[in-house]
Amino acid sequence: MKSKGYNSLRTVFAHVLLIILSFLCLFFFYILIINATHSHAELQRGFYALPGSSFLENFNNVANNGEFPMIRGIVNSLIVSGCSAAICIYFSALTAYGLYAYEFKMKKIAFTFIMAILVMPTQVTAMGFLRLITKMGMYDSLLPLIIPSIASPAVFYFMYSYLESSLPLSLVEAARIDGSQEFRTFNQIVLPIMKPAMAVQAIFTFVGSWNNYFVPALVIQSKDKMTVPILIALLRGADYMNRDMGKIYMMILVAIVPIILIYLFLSKYIIAGVTLGGVKG
Amino acid sequence: MLFVQKKRKLVNYAKWGYIFILPFFACFFIFSFIPLVDTIRYSFYEYFRSGIKEIGPNFIGLKNYASLMQSDMLKYAGNTLILWLIGFIPQIAIALLLASWFVDVRMKIRCQQFFKVVIYLPNLIMASAFAMLFFTLFSTKGPVNSILMSLGIIGEAIDFMRTALGVRSLIGIMNFLMWFGNTTIMLMAAIMGISPDIFEASEIDGCNSVQRFFRITLPLIRPILAYTLITSIIGGLQMFDVPQILTNGQGNPDRTSMTLIMFLNSHLRSKNYGMAGALSVYLFIVSGILCFIVYRITNDDDPDGSKAAARKNKRGRR
Repeated sequence: MKSKGYNSLRTVFAHVLLIILSFLCLFFFYILIINATHSHAELQRGFYALPGSSFLENFNNVANNGEFPMIRGIVNSLIVSGCSAAICIYFSALTAYGLYAYEFKMKKIAFTFIMAILVMPTQVTAMGFLRLITKMGMYDSLLPLIIPSIASPAVFYFMYSYLESSLPLSLVEAARIDGSQEFRTFNQIVLPIMKPAMAVQAIFTFVGSWNNYFVPALVIQSKDKMTVPILIALLRGADYMNRDMGKIYMMILVAIVPIILIYLFLSKYIIAGVTLGGVKG
Repeated sequence: MLFVQKKRKLVNYAKWGYIFILPFFACFFIFSFIPLVDTIRYSFYEYFRSGIKEIGPNFIGLKNYASLMQSDMLKYAGNTLILWLIGFIPQIAIALLLASWFVDVRMKIRCQQFFKVVIYLPNLIMASAFAMLFFTLFSTKGPVNSILMSLGIIGEAIDFMRTALGVRSLIGIMNFLMWFGNTTIMLMAAIMGISPDIFEASEIDGCNSVQRFFRITLPLIRPILAYTLITSIIGGLQMFDVPQILTNGQGNPDRTSMTLIMFLNSHLRSKNYGMAGALSVYLFIVSGILCFIVYRITNDDDPDGSKAAARKNKRGRR
């Protein structure tokens, strides 16, 4: 009886803590959304708990702002993140399949090598990377933000684990006997099997690339090529206090809305993917 | 005819393995390996830009490394460590607590899925936008101050950005909010990987929930705890977006929130290649050691409970 009372007390405490933490997580976004709907004059007067009526006005101000081309930034970010995610998952799956399905001399070394660079920070090579892309004429373009995602050790590792658990080699043998070429086997038999893994990793790569700030900020210089995080940094650097606060809140909101939308629809898969991913970022 | 064709294919299979892994390695070689070698090379050179004039490259041996040691680098390393600790300690404590509650059948946590979705949400938010949001919310005229003032908790507005404690706390809170959900979900999977038989046996032996947590759960999830710790240290070493945006790259006040990567960033921006190179090499060595530890953990025979739990039904070997 005593233990039952103790347990229900614990349960109540757990719920209280969970509600507080959830409140903390949502509170800041709540203020963000509320403030994005108020005009600058209203925001100067204090805090409002309910939405105002200036949502469209703020949105138009953001959309027509030449100094911080937010819409252009979102398009750029979509291009970079979309392309990164696409080539990253395709080539990671290809690499994983190559190492999983074939026997060759360098196999063990290649695998060990990838595992060794699994968590190497990209920042340590940033200086050489900048010099290299300058020499290659890719400075201030979106390409150097996309192409390097072909080599993503963490995504490779995920794909490899998935193949280990769900692709019987006999299937590959069967395809061979039926006369399928190796590339065709990969594209038409292996890829469909890997769809769940690829979907999860596509989401994570997309989000990671969308939020990436360090390298893009070093590579991109001209305004019409800037991605969203660089524009946010630009906003922070600008003379801040004299600006239209409603517009600033709206810009932050616009920057995070695409990811929130993705999350709302795919949260189930994303949360399941966290544990499968093992290594992230 | 058929026989010949089959034999030829058998001989050539290895070739396909190489072809399939070629793009990965070519890309790694070009965009990571060459830059790394270049970075290491220029760390031994005097090579910077002053105004529009480029000085160097002149070979100066280990001078860059020595002058970095005399610069504020160690102070920035200290800052990075402090900022990481402020975020990590509450993060791991809360995550352990939540994870053990979520999997405890007798607790009957309601709306589990909802809570999981909410606590994981900040992890996906753009760190720079999050930092900008915090900067705006916690400014002297921002909503947090006006809420606190209208509730009568404080008399006049607190300038969070003026004090080291304020800035560091804000960064710590942001890092905590961004990562505790992720850690909770990882640890939850680890705890679910523990055989229920062990918990049952402990219950029969009269083990209470505190004992169970410290004597059974904690020791059994040690591998993934170590893994979480190391990946978090590596993430902490790379801390950049949040303090950079929050303090506009200044590390204010008085550079107490300047992290190592912010230091590297300022060298890269001022095109001081020699110093940036040497700093990168220091970072490379530290993260190399950490990578080695991660490698050892992930190649353990039962690396971490989470993977075992996640693939419980699917694989039986390894």
